[in-house]
Amino acid sequence: MANLFTNFAGIKSPNPFWLASAPPTNSGYQVMKAFDTGWGGAVWKTMGVPVVNVSSRYGGVNYRNNRLIGLNNIELITDRPLADNLREIEEVKKRFPDHAIIASLMVETREEWHQIVRDVENAGADGIELNFGCPHGMCERGMGSAVGQEPRVLKTIVEWVKEVAKVPVIVKLTPNISDITRPAIAAREGGADAISLINTIQSIVGVDIDNFVAYPIVDGKSTNGGYCGPAVKPIAMNMLKNCAQHPNVNLPLSGIGGIENWRDAVEFILLGAGNVQVCTAVMHYGFGIIREMVAGLSQYMDEKGFETINDFKGKALPNVLHWEDLNLKYKVVASINKDKCIGCQLCYTACEDGAHQAIGVLHNGDRVPYIKEENCVGCNLCSLVCPVEECITMERRDDATEVLSWKERTLANDIPTTFNDPRGGGVHHPVYLPNEAFETPKPVHYKA
Amino acid sequence: MPEYKHPASEQDFEQNFASIKPLMNATEAYYESSRCLFCYDAPCIKACPTEIDIPLFIRQINGNNPLGAAQTIYQSNHFGHACGKVCPTEVLCEGACVYNHQNVKPIEIGRLQSFATQKAINSNKKMFGLKPNNGKKVAIIGAGPAGISCACELRMNGFDVTIYEAKAQPSGLTVYGVAPYKITNQEVLEEMAYLQNQFGFTILYNHPIATKQDLQNLEQQFDSIFLGIGLGETSQIGILGEDLDNCFGAVEFIEQLRMEHHQVQVPQNVVVLGGGNTAMDAASECARMGSENVILAYRREKEAMGAYDFEYELAKTAGVKGLFNAQPIEIVGENGCAIGVKFVQTTTQNGQLKTIENSEFVVPCNWVIKATGQSKRVQFLQMIDGLELDSKKRIVINPNTYQTTNPRYFAAGDAVNGGKEVVNAVAEGRKAANAIVNCNL
Ligand SMILES: Cc1cc2nc3c(=O)[nH]c(=O)nc-3n(C[C@H](O)[C@H](O)[C@H](O)COP(=O)(O)OP(=O)(O)OC[C@H]3O[C@@H](n4cnc5c(N)ncnc54)[C@H](O)[C@@H]3O)c2cc1C
Ligand SMILES: Cc1cc2nc3c(=O)[nH]c(=O)nc-3n(C[C@H](O)[C@H](O)[C@H](O)COP(=O)(O)O)c2cc1C
Ligand code: SF4
Ligand code: SF4
Ligand code: SF4
Repeated sequence: MANLFTNFAGIKSPNPFWLASAPPTNSGYQVMKAFDTGWGGAVWKTMGVPVVNVSSRYGGVNYRNNRLIGLNNIELITDRPLADNLREIEEVKKRFPDHAIIASLMVETREEWHQIVRDVENAGADGIELNFGCPHGMCERGMGSAVGQEPRVLKTIVEWVKEVAKVPVIVKLTPNISDITRPAIAAREGGADAISLINTIQSIVGVDIDNFVAYPIVDGKSTNGGYCGPAVKPIAMNMLKNCAQHPNVNLPLSGIGGIENWRDAVEFILLGAGNVQVCTAVMHYGFGIIREMVAGLSQYMDEKGFETINDFKGKALPNVLHWEDLNLKYKVVASINKDKCIGCQLCYTACEDGAHQAIGVLHNGDRVPYIKEENCVGCNLCSLVCPVEECITMERRDDATEVLSWKERTLANDIPTTFNDPRGGGVHHPVYLPNEAFETPKPVHYKA
Repeated sequence: MPEYKHPASEQDFEQNFASIKPLMNATEAYYESSRCLFCYDAPCIKACPTEIDIPLFIRQINGNNPLGAAQTIYQSNHFGHACGKVCPTEVLCEGACVYNHQNVKPIEIGRLQSFATQKAINSNKKMFGLKPNNGKKVAIIGAGPAGISCACELRMNGFDVTIYEAKAQPSGLTVYGVAPYKITNQEVLEEMAYLQNQFGFTILYNHPIATKQDLQNLEQQFDSIFLGIGLGETSQIGILGEDLDNCFGAVEFIEQLRMEHHQVQVPQNVVVLGGGNTAMDAASECARMGSENVILAYRREKEAMGAYDFEYELAKTAGVKGLFNAQPIEIVGENGCAIGVKFVQTTTQNGQLKTIENSEFVVPCNWVIKATGQSKRVQFLQMIDGLELDSKKRIVINPNTYQTTNPRYFAAGDAVNGGKEVVNAVAEGRKAANAIVNCNL
């Protein structure tokens, strides 16, 4: 039986699912309810000198009928007095001693950091998270991502905190930086016990095209906000992988960004996360989603024979290489399962207009397209647009005996070097002549 | 099986005849349009007789541009709103949607179409750039789908158009014949008013072209004449008792239902004769008006019925019962009134319908409705010089030019195709207009 208990950098929780520091952890009322529903830990809404917020605060990105595949906010840290938060932390901790409460903090001076670290420890916090990530409002005041983007400042602040902290210190990173491992390494050098990532991404989610103002709108004006939710997951996972693979980071990693179900969590763990944090999904669906997450994770672990999270943490990392180490001899081509095909011809138009003209259609009423293998580069596009599960599959065509990477070719001096080098990959690939575009039969909506 | 009570109020009537394709709200339209795959060379387009660019208009709805969607629709089909509601989409566009192959509900193309066009009708914004008047004049006989579609297209091309209509309202059988649970009079007439406003043709109502003199007048005043006259009254079966009281044609019954349903009092027992869509409609309508016992009698087996399966299903859910292999041989009367139908049983042997000896039986009833096809307007057509009809009395046309054998006359719709759907008449009327534009008369 899977055991979901986790010990993350010394912070223990009944399962790896924590609430990220955000509106769902704004109050004792909410955290109490979340723990009661099954969440393993909560990173309290970032505390410091209480702020004043604007209304409105959020903008959403919808994709067709799916709401909020991305969310952006211009909210700041907590606007509640520290004393109230401390009292509530104490109360929740008393009721749920085995659950993790992590105090997220953001202040300015060394004295303030020392003071607030002691205060939250006295209230019973199991850990501290330093919010160096908030990409709006706070950074203009020299906090949040202004710190996260400046590794030297970041390191200094971590050192201040470590001067007094008795509980583990997690540094939360901003993704608004070109190389995430630099602040990660600075955090380690400053003495951090763990890293969490990512915070929100600077963004504008949309523009009101009638009133010429971006969202969210505050009295006719707007400002850039922080982006999160399912849309940011790929960016978060890449940054997680970068930190997990970097030998100088070497710290427990708490994965954050677009996680909303057990499968997302498994993916983060496979890429090296020791636990995960969730915000947007809870803001969208409430605390109840934890049931699906816990059940799904347990079932996955049972099926795979993993007893603890550590059994599969980072298991996908050895398979993420640099591009130059990939096997250039590996060759797949698309194959259409005629029995499954519904004849939408999306694969045809995707490959014809957007890829390599490797799919043909008959004009005799049979709507199942066919693959022209000699043109197929094995890019996958058709299989991605196909609306039918497992209808287009990628079939291996090399005999699996040869392995040759770009790196090896470079070492062997066998790479294209001049503009018309015959060793270029597309040299022998069939391409239609420009004028043939006019001869290809086209349906109505290609006609202006 | 729902039991319909005789509608005592307007509200009851609306309930009994509630739309089977109700208008979508914006949310439903957004969700449904989200599902469309935007197929390449989409099969739904090919299945639509008017070849509306369906994936394009659905994408426009999804992109919150319903007026653009309506424009796409009206560019191909001037009865866009009506068609969305009255087309047998199950066998046309929706029947061809690729989702059927995945056993997933096809896109509700008809309802999306009505959604977008409703927005255009409500806004009444001028959407179509008409060409300047070219000085040519066309007379159209019949303001049905064929005639009005032809008129819109001619107006687009700068022709002056006058429509002569025998009845008091436009749209032909769309308002006089189609079942009220598909479309209401108001919905039909709003679209007609919208079209007239957009395209600016003239319709002269209560203006039958009835005599040779009328025709000659038109020939003098107009460059060409378009015949969109549809079909005539219900044909005679040719059996005893057909002229008894309480035995009448389906088209006539339905017309009365649509024009003055308050006056219609259906009796307890009705026999409807026929196996086509009109028979299904008439039977359904009687049941919805409160007849307890509606029998749909067809002379062959069920599978041979001309009606679409879903139309028969719809009639059955309204409470109609089918009686098959029953050929009517006499309408039985008493005191000049029909009191039943005498049938003989039939069987099909080697494709031949045979009656079974000594198998006669009588089904008693208070009404007999004949849904045995509409006659052609032969008498009228014979007044036109040189106009040829085929063996089924359909107007003969050149399929490329829609020109009849009298070169001044063009024709389309039921009078040419023998009786199909609104969408066919619209498609043909439009093609005929384009032929008139290109023919240099
Ligand atoms: C009961 C019934 C139900 C139907 N249900 C459906 C349905 O659900 N969906 C669907 O798509 N189709 C349906 N149809 C078929 C559809 O209504 C017709 O195919 C379509 O209306 C044909 O259009 P049209 O313009 O050719 O003829 P019509 O609609 O018949 O229009 C002809 C017009 O010409 C006028 N006219 C005729 N002679 C003259 C004259 N001499 N002078 C002046 N005016 C004249 C008539 O008054 C009429 O207005 C149904 C038909 C019937 C009978
Ligand atoms: C409205 C809002 C407020 C947030 N406030 C904080 C905060 O005070 N401190 C913090 O560290 N992160 C804050 N975040 C970032 C989240 O904790 C989290 O890192 C981010 O939303 C990505 O995770 P998700 O995709 O699960 O939402 C906030 C996010 C949102 C949407
Ligand atoms: S995308 Fe898939 S379902 Fe559509 S035509 Fe291609 S193979 Fe068939
Ligand atoms: S006109 Fe009829 S067949 Fe054509 S798209 Fe509309 S509903 Fe479908
Ligand atoms: S066939 Fe169906 S899914 Fe494809 S374009 Fe037409 S309506 Fe959309």
